Amino acid sequence: MPEESKGPESVSPLAEGAKAPAEAASPDKPQAAPPAPAAGVKLPAAAASPAPESKPTEAAKPTTPAAAAAAAKPAAPAAAAKPAAPAAAAPKPPAAPAKPAGPVPEPWESELVAKLKQQYGSGIVEALSYLGQKYMTVDSSILPEILRRMRDEEGFDYCVDITAVHYPKREQQFDVVYVLYSFAHNQRIRVKTRIKDGEHVESAFSIWRTADWLEREVFDMFGIVFDGHPGLKRILLPEDWHGHPLRKDYDILQQDKEWVHINLGIESGQ
Amino acid sequence: MSDATKLDYLDLDTKDKTFLDSTEMVLNMGPQHPSTHGVLRVILKLDGEKVLGTECVIGYLHRGVEKIGENRTYTMFNPYVDRMDYVAAVSNGLGYCETVEKLLNVEAPPRAQYIRVIMTELCRIASHQVWLGTHALDIGAVTPLFYAFRDREEILRIFEKYCGARLTTHAFRIGGCIYEAYDGFEEDVKKYCTFFLPKLDEYEKLLTTNRIWVTRTKGVGILKPEDCIALGVTGPVLRASGVKWDLRKAQPYECYKDMDFEIPTGINGDTYDRYLVRIAEMRQSVRILQQAVERIPTGPIMAKVPKVIKPPVGEVYHSIEAPKGELGYFIVSDGSTQPYRVRVRPPSFVNLQALDTMVRGMLVADVVAVIGTLDIVLGEVDR
Repeated sequence: MPEESKGPESVSPLAEGAKAPAEAASPDKPQAAPPAPAAGVKLPAAAASPAPESKPTEAAKPTTPAAAAAAAKPAAPAAAAKPAAPAAAAPKPPAAPAKPAGPVPEPWESELVAKLKQQYGSGIVEALSYLGQKYMTVDSSILPEILRRMRDEEGFDYCVDITAVHYPKREQQFDVVYVLYSFAHNQRIRVKTRIKDGEHVESAFSIWRTADWLEREVFDMFGIVFDGHPGLKRILLPEDWHGHPLRKDYDILQQDKEWVHINLGIESGQ
Repeated sequence: MSDATKLDYLDLDTKDKTFLDSTEMVLNMGPQHPSTHGVLRVILKLDGEKVLGTECVIGYLHRGVEKIGENRTYTMFNPYVDRMDYVAAVSNGLGYCETVEKLLNVEAPPRAQYIRVIMTELCRIASHQVWLGTHALDIGAVTPLFYAFRDREEILRIFEKYCGARLTTHAFRIGGCIYEAYDGFEEDVKKYCTFFLPKLDEYEKLLTTNRIWVTRTKGVGILKPEDCIALGVTGPVLRASGVKWDLRKAQPYECYKDMDFEIPTGINGDTYDRYLVRIAEMRQSVRILQQAVERIPTGPIMAKVPKVIKPPVGEVYHSIEAPKGELGYFIVSDGSTQPYRVRVRPPSFVNLQALDTMVRGMLVADVVAVIGTLDIVLGEVDR
């Protein structure tokens, strides 16, 4: 919801001064505009009738905003105009104009990112903002350092979630995602790292105790090993189960037939 | 005993001890124990009646909700989320719908937002009523269970009239609501508010100053605010420890920013404070309901959402304040009709992790009280 995006958004100007709303928004719009026709063409082919109906009307708009960016902003949320919108729309200009083209991740520029980039260089792979949500991808070698720094110096004292996403076609197959929240800044960010299959990640247990079960679940579902975890073992599946079900190569009907046979005494759980 | 030797968490001495020559013993509680609220198994390491450590064994109710999500379309997955926290199904649905809406970059129209808030707050009350009834029953007070379930029935009746279902409601759709409020919906909610406030006093009369209740809950399962934050504990448990944090205020969603309500907090972070906080939360929910019903606008209830939902490529994490804490959804879209990855951040799962910290040094009977006060639902823990 836009309210949520308002939260993080309103924080970054604090760090960046007046730069964010004025400068960051306008250079992005021309970038966002070119994909618009592309998306508009793609959609009718892929989706059936309803999608194009809404798209062209909205897609027509970005051509104007491209010229006069700031003026067209309020017009963008065409469909579901809301009474509370004027207030809500104002602080989130970057997200609104991007809408017709399909929102595009924008670079996340803030003091924090600049600092980290200066210190770690290419260790910070990318720092992006998508729909007002900030996330950065870091190299797995500096991940523990970054996470600890996030808690100790940047105030991200609450580790909301740790999870993973499997991209089997990539060389670095897994994204490990840390969702962090700062009570002091009321800001939520995500720190991601990419690892190869079989590569280990440093456990965040010594940073946030909540990582205990969250990492066990990631291990259970993806088979990602966290070094330094006090007791890394399966949490939701039986301990002697084979396979990690949330990997993409694990079919939804697949199961550990042997386990089912031995423990349940039936041929199949299906 | 043979099972116990396998546990690395408890750091058991695996030498040939028998039960009798050991002063410490390992006790298995659950998964069918009545006060574990479902199928939670807790392994307790005891010194006499004192708890030295615990380990939770969960997963008995694991249905692979996240895997199912990857194999269903966005619309098809919507009813599944109700089956996680089944005593607060409406909240689950709200969180999911909002996350997909965020991914689509649409917002529910104002009328839908109000209907959603009314339904969700009713659901919060219903969830707290189930908590109160079962928690009190665990501790030995039988009457609150009947009182709470009697009053919850009225909420379920409103749910049933609204969407035809009482428990797993599937009340909302991506983009808004599919059902218009039925004739007399507002009156029913108003009536419920006036009906429920005296009932809430009745619960309090039974428990708040009840000597047995106070002795069983005061000073039991203390959780310090810094422990809460380190353990990622959210919801009433966090607030009872004195941290004034509620997502409805911190990052308001739907129309909560228009609502005037307080965030009740506790001081000691014990079971008694958590009880008081939840009772106070029910009062605040009634306040929200009264305001929402008065202000509910007219207009459409569904935003313009394509029939085939294909969010653009991207990923979004969004969370709401469910009755049990922060309920988050992390959805990765690859531009197709099915989510590439759905991650549910369940409050019960994370909160349950605090059990060990809370019961160390306490008595076995307190374990029962603490499991109750954590207000877990195993459907959500195991997913």
